[in-house]
Amino acid sequence: MSLLEIENLTVEFDTAGGKLRAVDGISLSVEEGEVLAVVGESGSGKSVSMLAVMGLLPWTATVTADRMAFQGRDILNLSPAERRRIVGKDIAMIFQEPIASLNPCFTVGFQIEETLRQHTDLDRAARHRRAIELLKSVGIPEPEDRLGAFPHQMSGGQCQRVMIAIALACGPKLLIADEPTTALDVTIQKQILDLLMDLQAKTGMGMILITHDMGVVAETADRVVVQYMGRKMEEADVLSLFEAPKSAYTRALLSALPENAVGDRLPTVSDFALDDTPYTGART
Amino acid sequence: MSEIVLETRDIVRDYHIGGGLFRQGRTVHAVKGVSFKLEKGKTLAIVGESGCGKSTLARMITMIDAPTAGELFIDGEKVDILRQGLTPELRRKVQIVFQNPYGSLNPRQKIGDVLMEPLIINSNIPVGERRERAMQMLKKVGLAPEHFNRYPHMFSGGQRQRIAIARALMLNPRLLVLDEPVSALDLSVQAQVLNLLADLQDEFGLTFVFISHDLSVVRYIADEVMVMYFGEAVEYGTRDEVFSNPRHDYTKTLFAATPRADVESIRARLARKAA
Repeated sequence: MSLLEIENLTVEFDTAGGKLRAVDGISLSVEEGEVLAVVGESGSGKSVSMLAVMGLLPWTATVTADRMAFQGRDILNLSPAERRRIVGKDIAMIFQEPIASLNPCFTVGFQIEETLRQHTDLDRAARHRRAIELLKSVGIPEPEDRLGAFPHQMSGGQCQRVMIAIALACGPKLLIADEPTTALDVTIQKQILDLLMDLQAKTGMGMILITHDMGVVAETADRVVVQYMGRKMEEADVLSLFEAPKSAYTRALLSALPENAVGDRLPTVSDFALDDTPYTGART
Repeated sequence: MSEIVLETRDIVRDYHIGGGLFRQGRTVHAVKGVSFKLEKGKTLAIVGESGCGKSTLARMITMIDAPTAGELFIDGEKVDILRQGLTPELRRKVQIVFQNPYGSLNPRQKIGDVLMEPLIINSNIPVGERRERAMQMLKKVGLAPEHFNRYPHMFSGGQRQRIAIARALMLNPRLLVLDEPVSALDLSVQAQVLNLLADLQDEFGLTFVFISHDLSVVRYIADEVMVMYFGEAVEYGTRDEVFSNPRHDYTKTLFAATPRADVESIRARLARKAA
């Protein structure tokens, strides 16, 4: 049984100009202890499909799927109360902008302990100890003092570490990281990715990493799903994706990497004839 | 030997953070003595993490900020905006493209007006010719004449960055400062914009100062590379020198931190993981 199974997920938004289909028949699954990367350009529906899993889409969105199950349990038609028990505890998410996703009015200690108060029955002192432990595990020096710090007193990299600490507070089975390093410098990006991979290996949780950076994919993923215009173009393990990409779109994406430049101009996606039928091969 | 378009000698910029009733004022040394020379038609890439002073350096080159000490030469002439002020001629020579194409265009200004405004301010070209030039520039950056009367929100990020580049080129500058021009863009759009920049450089003989933190882009576009760290230029040389033989520790850290997307390194990582 897979940790997360999605079959034929479609998300539509009601807009003034009619319905907009942001995600069009995506199927994917994540096993325990596996790192799945979802790659695509902005507007390819990669974030929207994961927000649908979390139930975080606005009311204008219509989510339909043949099957959406977490640990074999349907999560498509959950009541809000039931969903709140799972989200934040068993499925956790890290967002792109670390500084924007923390509440500026509360200390980071409060925000970590808030999650623990919601989902565990630890008492106040135990929550405090656990928060210190978490901050230490994400590599923040002097965790006892930093619990009292506000988000604006920390750097972007440290805020992202706090976000990771909050996500990991209840020991999630599945961590969804939505562009966790896009807003950060390369050196900090490396630290955060190393930290995430380290924690993933230690806890054996499943992980979905949403990114548009092929370099990040190459450094972290076990398996990759490539999305374009809301459709799945290709699914492969990381090595075969980079060695022998099957879909024209993936080939185009890879050749647009500056380090793969041949001659003095870069090939762009529009140079490739994209076949309109996305890749639909079943996983064996 | 071709001509030198831009030269700085020991350029310094300090910012004074004012003290108050309860706090002492202090001075931040944003750029601590940077010197370089840049020839016509070449690209200098400035690399460094946020807060290392690369944008402050760009502000001094574009004459937005005056240096605290040191000298700035543009086309061999010494520029001192504190004493002599900024002439339209100087303004014409140096233009800048900013990182975020969503923030750098006025949402209430049509694209045609965006492109014609530099001409209104800095020249006395009549309106018919202004229009003509704006149209030509639109085509040059890969947009169509029907985009002339549209507003910025009708464009994608890549198109907006093309508009920002077009605006910067309206005055036929000698030097274009590009402050992270592609870091807000998708991979495929990034490739298009980089190609456009290369085309424009060939056509107009432009000199670029290219600020970036993405080493793979820098390796692709730069002739010379400067690595900045805490306000100092810790490494400066031709692209091949810097990339093949980095001398400073920080440069090495930077190279090690850059994700590699080749098959061998993936294989090595998977082997490490299996072990």
